[in-house]
Amino acid sequence: MTTQNIQWHRRLTNALALGVITFFALIVTVPLFLILGTVVKRGLPALNLAFLTQIPVPIGETGGGMANAIVGSLMLLAVASLIGIPLGIGSGVFLAEYGRNKYGNIVRFTADVLNGVPSIVIGMTAWALVVVTQGHFSMMAGSVALGIMMIPVIARTTEEVLLLVPQAIREAAFGLGIPKWRTTLSVVVPTAKAGIITSIMLAFARIAGETAPLMFTTLGNEFWSVNPNQPIAAMPLQIFKYATMPYDQAHAQAWTGALVLITIIMTIVIVFRLIASRGTLKGAS
Amino acid sequence: MDAGIHVKDLNAWFGSTQALHGINIDMPDKQSTAIIGPSGCGKSTFVRCLNRMHETLPDTRVDGKVTVGDMEIYGKGVSAVSVRRRIGMVFQKPNPFPTMSIYDNVASGLKLNGYPNRSELDGIVESSLKKAALWEEVKDDLKKKSGASLSGGQQQRLCIARALAVEPDVLLMDEPASALDPISTSKIEDLIFELKKQYTVVIVTHNMQQAARVAEFTAFFLMGNMVEFDKTEKMFTKPSDKRTEDYITGRFG
Repeated sequence: MTTQNIQWHRRLTNALALGVITFFALIVTVPLFLILGTVVKRGLPALNLAFLTQIPVPIGETGGGMANAIVGSLMLLAVASLIGIPLGIGSGVFLAEYGRNKYGNIVRFTADVLNGVPSIVIGMTAWALVVVTQGHFSMMAGSVALGIMMIPVIARTTEEVLLLVPQAIREAAFGLGIPKWRTTLSVVVPTAKAGIITSIMLAFARIAGETAPLMFTTLGNEFWSVNPNQPIAAMPLQIFKYATMPYDQAHAQAWTGALVLITIIMTIVIVFRLIASRGTLKGAS
Repeated sequence: MDAGIHVKDLNAWFGSTQALHGINIDMPDKQSTAIIGPSGCGKSTFVRCLNRMHETLPDTRVDGKVTVGDMEIYGKGVSAVSVRRRIGMVFQKPNPFPTMSIYDNVASGLKLNGYPNRSELDGIVESSLKKAALWEEVKDDLKKKSGASLSGGQQQRLCIARALAVEPDVLLMDEPASALDPISTSKIEDLIFELKKQYTVVIVTHNMQQAARVAEFTAFFLMGNMVEFDKTEKMFTKPSDKRTEDYITGRFG
């Protein structure tokens, strides 16, 4: 075989491999754009000011919207984040920096199992823990369910990104006589900040659209309520309700709800990232 | 204060593998001592035992006696953290804190140890960077640029400045120039020459010319044992041990 033949052969293999992975990448992206396109196309017609500012009206009447569900979802997610983010980051830091032992392995295994528990089971757990104890459905119960769902995602991802911080960075701090807790808090965690933020965003996006865990906990509400101790409206619940009704008007509202929910999640993720990346120094990695 | 380093019967292990066998050595105050020897001879482990860095690795063990000035490094009630505040260390690969500015890198040892006089930090940062011969190159970017944005040689001098800012008595350097180009290396060597006037310096090196240039004393390590310790000049001209002679003449290692 001549040199030229080998080169021809290699170029073909390269082109083939590139073609195959590009094709796979396309297959992965196509459904996303199909979903986004459909949601925009079917959700946009019913999107108006009333949708964002009014509460639902009975089917058959004109107007009405999901204002109460938008506010309810934001409250649910805020409280769930207050539960899930500190516990998640805390256990992730423990696993990476202090968890190379038996107890760490137990925590790691538990987090992985919790990650695999169906969300409806977590909803039932929150029901048993909060709803049964309190004697009534409430926003808090839903936030507990969503918060629990955030913990394993944040914990395991935080652990992974902290383990990527080079040991040399820790040694540099130890060599200066900085205690381990201070090294972890002021050197290791800031170095892995971008990854930890990604883990928070992943967990946040995952719970934002959850419907099942809210069914036994938050219940839903057709009226205005911002009382965390009472059932509250939530977008996924409202979308689910409208989508399962046999009326075109309800379906249109469900599509618009989906569009608004996706937009809200995307906006929060983007804004959070922008805020988090502020103050990064020139040349910092 | 006398900050000579006195090591007696020092043994160190990784798991069940013994890396150092009964090391005895007395390194004089405000002089520099080079540690030479082939790869895997225990040079790095030895200096990492001097500031209790060895024990930060999993499954390691040390016994023996190390005294620096009046401090028993492995004494009862002596914490590793307090040892490391007095014995600075510079590593083989420059390791500035990537999220911190040049200024914060130098100030980190003080800031993160709760140093109370923030108003004095500016002065300490400036004098440390001057001692590390980096001030002129970075003085305009102190708080603007990350420590990681500097070149490799600058990063290593930044790490030296960072170690000096906490005012240690001893400076340990584990192959500080082996990842640097010749120009940066000669800057670091000039620096060591200046630093040993004020600090007791221990430098691990693979480069025997470097040992000859910067160190008054040299110790030769082989397979976890210290073979010979003497004035550098004598080590390189009339070593008393055959193995030292073989190594420095390049017959092995």
